[in-house]
Amino acid sequence: MSKQRNRPSAIGRSWPWIIAAAIAVFWVFGRISGGFAFGLRAGANLREFLTEMATVLPPMFLLVGLFDVWVPRHLVERYVGRRASAAAIPWMVLLATLQAGPLYAAFPFAIGLWRKGCAPRNVFIYLFAFSAMKLPMLTFEVAFLGWRFSLARTIITLLVFIPAGIAMERLLPGAYSPPEAAF
Amino acid sequence: MIVLWIITGAALVASLLADRHKTFVAAAKGFQMLRGILPLLLGVLALVSLILAAVTPEMIEHVLAGRGPLPFLAAFGLGSVALIPGFIAYPLTAVFKQHGASYAVQAAFITSLMMVGILTLPIEARFFGWRVSLLRNGLALFGALLVAIGMAWVLA
Repeated sequence: MSKQRNRPSAIGRSWPWIIAAAIAVFWVFGRISGGFAFGLRAGANLREFLTEMATVLPPMFLLVGLFDVWVPRHLVERYVGRRASAAAIPWMVLLATLQAGPLYAAFPFAIGLWRKGCAPRNVFIYLFAFSAMKLPMLTFEVAFLGWRFSLARTIITLLVFIPAGIAMERLLPGAYSPPEAAF
Repeated sequence: MIVLWIITGAALVASLLADRHKTFVAAAKGFQMLRGILPLLLGVLALVSLILAAVTPEMIEHVLAGRGPLPFLAAFGLGSVALIPGFIAYPLTAVFKQHGASYAVQAAFITSLMMVGILTLPIEARFFGWRVSLLRNGLALFGALLVAIGMAWVLA
């Protein structure tokens, strides 16, 4: 798929592994010396991120693959495409709030939607809703910050970010499509 | 998280029953995409792990809990850069609140934390291109400002 892209250099390919290995070394050093709190914290952070990645990414990417193979383009275009009505908006929000995970987990599905003919405004409404108002997280928010705060934040966020999604579509050139050979 | 696994599992079983070959193609597509983004993701998350290890919650608290415009601006700055899961972000914000952070500061921190991702920009750009990613993050930052102002106004 990406034959035209020039291969990154050795450093370009290996830096992630070098940093991860360095953190592992810091962590081991912290364990042995017993006083290197920075190394222990960095190791604990990385482990947490990797756990999150391992639990969210495999089902997410599988779902993206299934979506790509099974959902016909004309269906996406009709219900959430450029000419679809505003009725698409509550569906995008609902779809987003039911999913879980960090924002980067939503990118592959968002790009899948976009390539199938979903209107950019709906793609960005999906992304904004995914990041700001997940149903499972609402219980957490209420528990720590209270009902008034959580309810007000959710409503105000919706009021701000639905227009922001529409603005995204207006600000992009009409024929813009995301980079095809990204991988 | 569990819901995601259940939905994916159900979709996978349905797909397998309907067409095994198509399911195989779908899985291969998903795997290829995942493999393409994995090194970049690992690198960014490793960098974030290092940065977060250098910044302690006490330091953040010290900056956010004061009065005036500085905590408000700091909330946007920290929120835009940091990458903290919700189940840690909410208790953290509750601590700021106990130390006197205003509603606007709380909302600014949470909203920019969730919607703006400076450190994950390279990942986002890999999918959407730099132009779209910068535009989205810029709009998200501006939106977070509106949300914070709205919160201060509604909860005053």
